[in-house]
Amino acid sequence: MSTLDPVTLAVLAGRMEQIADEMDATLFRSAFNPIIAEAHDASHGLYHATTGETLVQGRSGLPIFVGVMAFAVKAIIDKMATEDDTADGDIYVFNDAHIGGTHLSDMRLVRPFYYGGQLFCHLASVGHWHDVGGAVAGNYNPTATEAFQEAVIIPPVRLARAGVLNQDIVDILVRNSRLPTSAFGDLNGQLAALDLGVRRLTELLDEYGADTVSEALTALSDRAEALMRAEVAALPDGTFEATDYLDNDGIVDEPIPIKAAITIAADRLTLDFTGTSAQVAGPVNIAEPTAVACCYVAMKHLFPDLPANAGVMRPVDVVLPPKSLLSAEFPAPTCGYTETILRMIDVMFSAFAKAAPQKAVANAYGTINALSIAGHKDDGQRFVMFSFFGGGHGASATGDGLNHGNAPISTATIPPLEILEAAYPVAFRQWALREDSGGAGVHSGGLGAVYDIELLAGSASVSLFGERGRHAPKGIAGGGEGAKNIFMFEQDGTWHEPPMTSKATGISLKRGERVRLKTPGGGGYGAQS
Amino acid sequence: MTHLVGIDVGGTFTDVFALDTATGIAKVTKTPTTRPDQSGGFLTGLDAVADVASVTALVHGTTAGTNALLERKGARIGVITTDGFRDVLEMRRRDRPATWGLRGTFQPVADRADRLEVRERTLADGTIRREVDLRQVQGAAKLLANAGCQALAILFINAHANHRNEAAAGAAAREIWPNEHVCASHEIIPEIREFERFSTTALNATLQPEIGHYLSRLEDALASRAFGGSFMIVQSSGGIMTAETARRQPVRTALSGPAAGVIAAARIAEAAGYPSVITGDVGGTSFDVSLVADGQTVLAAQSSVAFGFVIRTPMVEITTIGAGGGSIAKVDKGGLLTIGPESAGSDPGPVAYGKGNDRPTVTDANIALGRIDPDRPIGGGALDVAAAQAAIAEHVGKPLGLSDEAAADAILKVADAAMAGAIRLVSVERGYDPKKFSYMPFGGGGALNACALIRDVGLARAIVPRYPGITSAMGCVLADMRQDEVQTLNASLDTLDETLVAEVIESHTLKGKAALGDISAFANVSVAVTFDMAYAGQTHTVAVALPDAKAPTIATIRSAFEHTYKAAYGQTLSIPIRVLNVRTAVIGERPKFDLGTLAPPADASLDAAARPARQVFMAGEWRESAIYDRLAMPAGASVSGPAILEQPDTTILIEPGATATIDLLGNVIITLDAP
Repeated sequence: MSTLDPVTLAVLAGRMEQIADEMDATLFRSAFNPIIAEAHDASHGLYHATTGETLVQGRSGLPIFVGVMAFAVKAIIDKMATEDDTADGDIYVFNDAHIGGTHLSDMRLVRPFYYGGQLFCHLASVGHWHDVGGAVAGNYNPTATEAFQEAVIIPPVRLARAGVLNQDIVDILVRNSRLPTSAFGDLNGQLAALDLGVRRLTELLDEYGADTVSEALTALSDRAEALMRAEVAALPDGTFEATDYLDNDGIVDEPIPIKAAITIAADRLTLDFTGTSAQVAGPVNIAEPTAVACCYVAMKHLFPDLPANAGVMRPVDVVLPPKSLLSAEFPAPTCGYTETILRMIDVMFSAFAKAAPQKAVANAYGTINALSIAGHKDDGQRFVMFSFFGGGHGASATGDGLNHGNAPISTATIPPLEILEAAYPVAFRQWALREDSGGAGVHSGGLGAVYDIELLAGSASVSLFGERGRHAPKGIAGGGEGAKNIFMFEQDGTWHEPPMTSKATGISLKRGERVRLKTPGGGGYGAQS
Repeated sequence: MTHLVGIDVGGTFTDVFALDTATGIAKVTKTPTTRPDQSGGFLTGLDAVADVASVTALVHGTTAGTNALLERKGARIGVITTDGFRDVLEMRRRDRPATWGLRGTFQPVADRADRLEVRERTLADGTIRREVDLRQVQGAAKLLANAGCQALAILFINAHANHRNEAAAGAAAREIWPNEHVCASHEIIPEIREFERFSTTALNATLQPEIGHYLSRLEDALASRAFGGSFMIVQSSGGIMTAETARRQPVRTALSGPAAGVIAAARIAEAAGYPSVITGDVGGTSFDVSLVADGQTVLAAQSSVAFGFVIRTPMVEITTIGAGGGSIAKVDKGGLLTIGPESAGSDPGPVAYGKGNDRPTVTDANIALGRIDPDRPIGGGALDVAAAQAAIAEHVGKPLGLSDEAAADAILKVADAAMAGAIRLVSVERGYDPKKFSYMPFGGGGALNACALIRDVGLARAIVPRYPGITSAMGCVLADMRQDEVQTLNASLDTLDETLVAEVIESHTLKGKAALGDISAFANVSVAVTFDMAYAGQTHTVAVALPDAKAPTIATIRSAFEHTYKAAYGQTLSIPIRVLNVRTAVIGERPKFDLGTLAPPADASLDAAARPARQVFMAGEWRESAIYDRLAMPAGASVSGPAILEQPDTTILIEPGATATIDLLGNVIITLDAP
């Protein structure tokens, strides 16, 4: 433990968390696209100067980014090592998922932070842009077999040099989006968040001194590690396994296994994914940073009192088979990464339930159902309605699962249907709970939902990126399965289901035709007598 | 003899403030809140301060509505809604109770079996796609009434855009509904966003019978005491409304008491010459902060009473953190000292209360350090100092290797830091310069750490009002009448129909004035218009104020938006602008009473106010501290720290290096001496 007095440590912990929170709030308020402004698909934090490790992260950012951003920052640290003209005021930007994790829609900005002429740490901002080019509006391209078909790929480049914005880069970013205003607005919001972080952190260092703050950062990581060790030590030793499947990769209709073996040995934990599928053709691959960050998300859900700090992962070993679904190599497509990490969380929860059923939660609905309806309004204006949909949460020892919740990797809320109807030429025919969709058990899984959407424009093209069409969310401790995902569309008076169940692209709808999505419920807890 | 009376019913105490309008003499009293029926404490308190027949205006801040929602004691309601949408109330906005852990469920205000659908549909642009079948509406209403529902909410999709179907359904339902408790969503808030509108309307419906009965009990009791004045209720916006309006829109009382406190703080600070103030209310489990800039309270558009219980009406923006006097201090498994959110509240309360809690609280730390007189605590009785010290040593001192004093001091510093963080959140983080703000603590515990907070945040000074324990009751008397209206426009600014906007404002103004009642009772009636606006494509709007805008033009609205946007985000953009909602507040300013009547008596003297000195731990050591009876201190008196000013409802700590001065209104003004 550090020599820092306990009061200063506690005070600094709060002050630094507040800086990251304030960066989050700055972007949420000023962002142009609802995925950031309403769904909070963004995150900010402070990262270690030489390792990129997460030091502090805002509380309101997207859970999956807690952890994945460390890899993004490390990529910039590596890039800086190859450059001889780095300076205070530089800002890097990139979206390359194979380097920074998640998918190409997430635009990452990293600003090395200097204090007294020395590199002190990095500030970073990540936000999900509405559209970054590529074959499909909104960038969820279920038929992509290479990253090049998903979106324009931006490698780590300098967006600003010594405080001067490079307008050329801005022009490239904006020109490659179908929604240039949104892209420009979000970029500005992210820059404003970083500016604010620089101001606040400078004030804090002026007040406490760089040495004291550094010492506090070290002490907080040590504390996070100690807390995690204490949690793990309380669990029974042993190895606990679970396997589940993705429906398919959107290209080949074959189930894709994901296997987890959790080994608990005293105060260390190993998460071994050996036995998971090799890298696949379609866009459900994820890069290694995403997989590691996903393990962190699962741990935070199982031990919700842990702080958002990289120290939590020190007693955890993550084993990923090489060139697998969970450690895919460039240019494997990754736009559907959400589905894969949701399944990773499910298998970790299922395995963990075998070790400590009281502390576990049954599977949630397990798919974000990214639905895009794009076309032209009657006045000729282009529109892209892009939304994620909710489903049931898993039950636990303490109660039923929540009806119609958001995905475990996100805290996103859904826009009101009146806002969607006001913005896009659609009318919802139904927006309801899906009866009997929760898994049975001593405690029932939460209910999924039914969304039925009618097109009010002449024609539109529909894409869906979803999962759980063939493999239902699992219960734990003997609890039953939730209902599977069902997607249907209407053409010329008859209803169809896509061959890949929950993945489809280029479905054309005419005025008055509908799509219907029935989302999964959560798994149940405990065998019903 | 006539009286103005304010009564604030809080969780523990009912506070009463009565002003004799002829002599200017104020009487205050505190009496225990009665449960479940709060009218008992209300009447006990009222009878203690004034002859009810002499009261010309009685203004009430109440938590009856909030409690009914939190304890789920509202009436059983039925819902009639558009075909396909019966579950909107239960589905919320697809959120969850806590980010981490994935546990927790939600019980909506109306059970699914009590939510019925009827065939009807209005589209987003206001087109009626399908006319409502009124026979089906009446059939549904009959089913719900027969099932035992006591109130009815009519919730139609897109009713903000065109309320024809919903209004027709409301009229049809009222024909057969057995009581007056029928609420249609467009009547409560004709604003886009179905979940928020439905939730507000349904919560209003569930409160109507409960609040209606409560107000009737009070009115009957008042009538039996020959009450001839006007009876009014504080809204969460800080404005007040007639009891009649409160019956129809009880959902507007949700944050009634705390809002009144902020209103009083704003007035007291302004009268003291400091119109920009940050208020801090230290309760048992929480610290509530609110900001008043140049006399103007900040209003939030909505708030959640509990998970999934969203109320969208203007509310005084109050930021709450889980750190209060009863918050428990502990050292976690990682070795970090943390305060709260776990709390011992007021029962069992701090260790020193001797009611069974053995884990140290913030109040215990104040007691251990001699800051609270153990023989004269708020609420009477005596405190067990040794028990408080032992708990601190056991749970904080030992694990951190700190002496008893250092451990207690550490608890207070960490609690102060959390509270300072909350103040930064509402000030620095919103672009306000703390140097221009005063800090006003109210409630019982707030004045102990006023010095620490103004130093930590860099605030100009602290102002401790003369009666910090009854600030909310005083706010009831000080607040203006206010009626808020909203209408969604959802239009492009370039093609905004100026005539339509003027009509909406005119209609809002007429409605608002009608709700105010007797206009001649006011010193002035003003109308404040605000537009919710954004650049096309943004979903978060900024509130653009156009004071006294009867018929604003596109040009004036644009210029006001650009000014507001630039102030908030530092730039404007060349993107089309949209106008989402227009909001109108009609404000009836009530005659102001002179706060100078609260000044200390002219014959007061500092010598007479002095009490025996005692040892208090401040600024790192035990110090001999002067003690004063605060209410006996004369105007103009000035004392330097270390000192403690005591009064029945609070303790004011003056640290070394700080000076307290009594101003002409009886406030204690605390400033830090220049270093």
